[in-house]
Amino acid sequence: MTKPVLATTSLAGCFGCHMSFLDIDERILELIDLVEFNKSPVDDIKTFTKQCDIGLIEGGCCNSENIEVLKDFRKNCNILVSVGECAIMGGLPALRNGISIKECLEEAYLDGPTVKANTEKIMPNDEELPMLLDMVYPCHEIVKIDYFLPGCPPRADLIWNALVALVTGDELKMPYEVVKFD
Amino acid sequence: MRENILSIIEKYQKDHRRLMDILIAIQDTYRHIPDEAVDILADQLDLSKVDVEQTISFYHFLSREPVGKYAIYLNDSAVANISGRAEVVQAFEEELGISFNNVTADGLIGMWDTADIGMNDQEPAALINGAVFTKLTPKKVKNLVAGIKAGKDIPDLVTEIGEEVNGPAALSTMVTNNIRQKGAILFSDDYEVGQALKQAIAQTPEEIVTEVKQSNLRGRGGAGFPAGLKWDFCRQSGGDEVYLICNADEGEPGTFKDRVILTELPKLLFEGMAIAGYAIGAKQGIVYLRYEYRYMQAYLESILQELRDQNFLGKNIAGKAGFDFDIRIQLGAGAYVCGEETALIESLEGKRGEPRNRPPFPVQRGYLDKPTVVNNVETLCSVVQVILEGAEWFKSFGTSESAGTKLLSLSGDCKNPGIYAVEWGVTVQKLIRRAGATNVQAVQIGGPSGMCIGPDQFNRQLAFEDLATGGSLIFIGEERDLLGDFVVNFMDFFIDESCGSCAPCRSLNVILRNKLLKILDGKGTNQDIDELYKWAGVGRVTNRCGLGQTAANPILSTIENFRHLYEDLVETNENFVSTFDLKDSVAESNAAVDREFVLPHKTR
Amino acid sequence: MVKKDEKISFEIDGQTCSAWAGQPLLDAAKDNGIFIPSLCHVQGLKPAGSCRICNVNVNGRNMTACTTRVSAGMVVENHTPELNELRKTIIEVLFVSGNHFCPSCEKSGNCELQALGYRYQMMVPRFPYEFPVKGVDARPDLIYHDRNRCIMCKRCVRSITKDGKHVFALNGRGGEHLHVAMDVDLASQLTEAEAQEAMDICPVGAILKKEQGFLVPIGERKYDKAPIGSDIEAQNG
Repeated sequence: MTKPVLATTSLAGCFGCHMSFLDIDERILELIDLVEFNKSPVDDIKTFTKQCDIGLIEGGCCNSENIEVLKDFRKNCNILVSVGECAIMGGLPALRNGISIKECLEEAYLDGPTVKANTEKIMPNDEELPMLLDMVYPCHEIVKIDYFLPGCPPRADLIWNALVALVTGDELKMPYEVVKFD
Repeated sequence: MRENILSIIEKYQKDHRRLMDILIAIQDTYRHIPDEAVDILADQLDLSKVDVEQTISFYHFLSREPVGKYAIYLNDSAVANISGRAEVVQAFEEELGISFNNVTADGLIGMWDTADIGMNDQEPAALINGAVFTKLTPKKVKNLVAGIKAGKDIPDLVTEIGEEVNGPAALSTMVTNNIRQKGAILFSDDYEVGQALKQAIAQTPEEIVTEVKQSNLRGRGGAGFPAGLKWDFCRQSGGDEVYLICNADEGEPGTFKDRVILTELPKLLFEGMAIAGYAIGAKQGIVYLRYEYRYMQAYLESILQELRDQNFLGKNIAGKAGFDFDIRIQLGAGAYVCGEETALIESLEGKRGEPRNRPPFPVQRGYLDKPTVVNNVETLCSVVQVILEGAEWFKSFGTSESAGTKLLSLSGDCKNPGIYAVEWGVTVQKLIRRAGATNVQAVQIGGPSGMCIGPDQFNRQLAFEDLATGGSLIFIGEERDLLGDFVVNFMDFFIDESCGSCAPCRSLNVILRNKLLKILDGKGTNQDIDELYKWAGVGRVTNRCGLGQTAANPILSTIENFRHLYEDLVETNENFVSTFDLKDSVAESNAAVDREFVLPHKTR
Repeated sequence: MVKKDEKISFEIDGQTCSAWAGQPLLDAAKDNGIFIPSLCHVQGLKPAGSCRICNVNVNGRNMTACTTRVSAGMVVENHTPELNELRKTIIEVLFVSGNHFCPSCEKSGNCELQALGYRYQMMVPRFPYEFPVKGVDARPDLIYHDRNRCIMCKRCVRSITKDGKHVFALNGRGGEHLHVAMDVDLASQLTEAEAQEAMDICPVGAILKKEQGFLVPIGERKYDKAPIGSDIEAQNG
């Protein structure tokens, strides 16, 4: 029997959700029996090689690349799950949502107290660099997201329970201590 | 400044419950409420500054920033928009070289949007320093601005620019009252002031209450609560300090009947108030007059004085020993929600106009925590004929559940906008004909908080048992964009006018409006329509007051009756469409680093 | 209003309850081991009826339990799918209309809005986030005021005074303009105890005492282990 295929990514996130995913400890051995990994930082596969069953999205969308990756995931995954506060509501990066891009960039590259070496006052503008969006967007405002796992990061047990439920079709177990927003 | 503000406060006996009057006086003088005034008020009235500011910030016509020596408040209701408001705005902006919601650099003229000012039959209309300018055109605007710049007085400009100056001399207004159809109860030809009052005081208060109860007179403001029952409840509350309040805060867009009554029949109203005062045992009556109608204030004061001179107000009225009753006028300051009776009472007490939790009802604990009856202008006028002609006569008009006549404000796409006194039970179809409306797509019944119906329902009757209404119909022609021009405008109105106390009213209506805009933008799905309808139902059961409970009606009733208009806007069978636009979204960061928009690089 | 000499009985979700006549329904329910959720009610303060989350069905009508006073024979529905759905909707409205980013908030774990989100199993609000910009005022020595987190329950407006004057009051009306304003002069005069009171009365992290954040480790905070209201329900066995 073929195993369900899993892909994961971190958009505007801190990889904390992926770390929490790895916090399932010895269950990682069961995980290998449960799913096959495709595009994911976990196995370092960079591009989709086949249609996947489940995509886990960490992080919200703060730049044009995030948008493209997210849309790529939507296309290549049957089920998309927003994992963590950043994917769900923008999270920490979204604290910039009340501040203009210009002000953010100037603070980061020109005027900030830690800016010392930028004597030529250069604002990064290589064409390889993605462009910042006007605000940080929750993933479900860009593409359809099927499920949401809150937390910062979501507890390992929640991620594990959710994966098992998705793969087996059993009801998702959500003990009180496991569903938290921080 | 200090001396002047102190004298204003002194004039109102340093009473924080008269804060509205104090603030209006300061606003009139300084064209805003300056910091120094806030400090003095807080100090003199023993309040914190944020307390003073919470009242100021609640009312549209009170401002912490200067509004201009001449403050032009141009109505932005839906009917103003379809009557050429855009051209008027453009003319003002061109003449003054500033955009709306700004003041000229010299501080002379400020221009502001304002919610419905009760002139739907003569839009576009504006308030300028209290005076009303109606049927504005670019040409009138030009003359108006030239006149202001030349230093002319507003009353002179009213005469100069108004096509006709209407009403009694003391009013001197260009507002025309457009009475299209008179009826026996409100516009009786043989009305003579004082007759009913004399007849009333020959009976006991209990007999008056009984007569009004038997007449089945129901509140004319919209809710339709039996007037006699309300009086009875008030009497049962006991106590020797009882208040009668006349609700003249007619703010529902499209409604202007009270404007006409106040102008044409003030004596009828004040006589009705005296009778009501007698019936409930009140010594003090208060007319809460919406700020937009302040052009009538001096005129109404003169009528009150006339009635005092005739001993129809004052002490031992009409020779009845111990029957003392007088009326004062309290000006509002621009807040639709103050039409809700408990919000009105809060405002009367100098506070933010937030509706109270009920119970206790005003008849139990109202103004200054005393038993209080709040009646609509038209209700109090109707009382006079009930007393003169009797309950049975009154009930011979209308339907079984809706006795008497109703004054209707008809406006929108029709030849004869104005006031129609009709018997309850009249069909919408009949009114369409009388108003000379053709090719009617929809009729908005009872203003934005009412409902929007289509031709398949035009045979329905206006009556409490069918289409209940506080008295307005807006005709919407086939050529109009019902959702874009009307529903969005109505939702914006409720969002602005929400007192903000209830969470669903304060925030959910914003969400609903944004979802509607998404659909109008061609990015809606069928699921969006379903969600919009479902979410719009939440406020009806969760919010405290009538505003909150009906604020989503523009959406609810158009999805119910015009769902095809929504469905026509849906361009896809997908159940998810994002409003996100990459090009728009990166415009700001492209500009920040001076970069052309290029499609994003391929993911490596 | 509350008649401490007259016990009456009434019914919530079929359970017979007893209370003093005239007691606010929300308090009476609590005394009977029944939790009715609320964000604006504080026992002893004049009920505001502003968050609308304590919506219950009283004798067939939707009413707020904080502003309804119990009377004999009253029949109340509290824990029904319809009411719980309404409550969840309002909680979600509050989440999207402020900036409630829990991981960065000092009140996280002790926040009543968050706790209700847990209780009603909000995985994501159904509405789009608004990301309002309402400002932070940190001028007073002991407290700071983050208006982006304020849910306008008016608890502080009703309770926090200095020399009899209100330290907090609403400002504006409707839509985006409305906020709770802090009187900086008065707020700067608050004592340690008064500042603590202001922080504690706030159900969310809008009023915070300075230098107090994250004192209790995750796992030991008020709502880490058991849902809000479970202490009340525990009395009921």
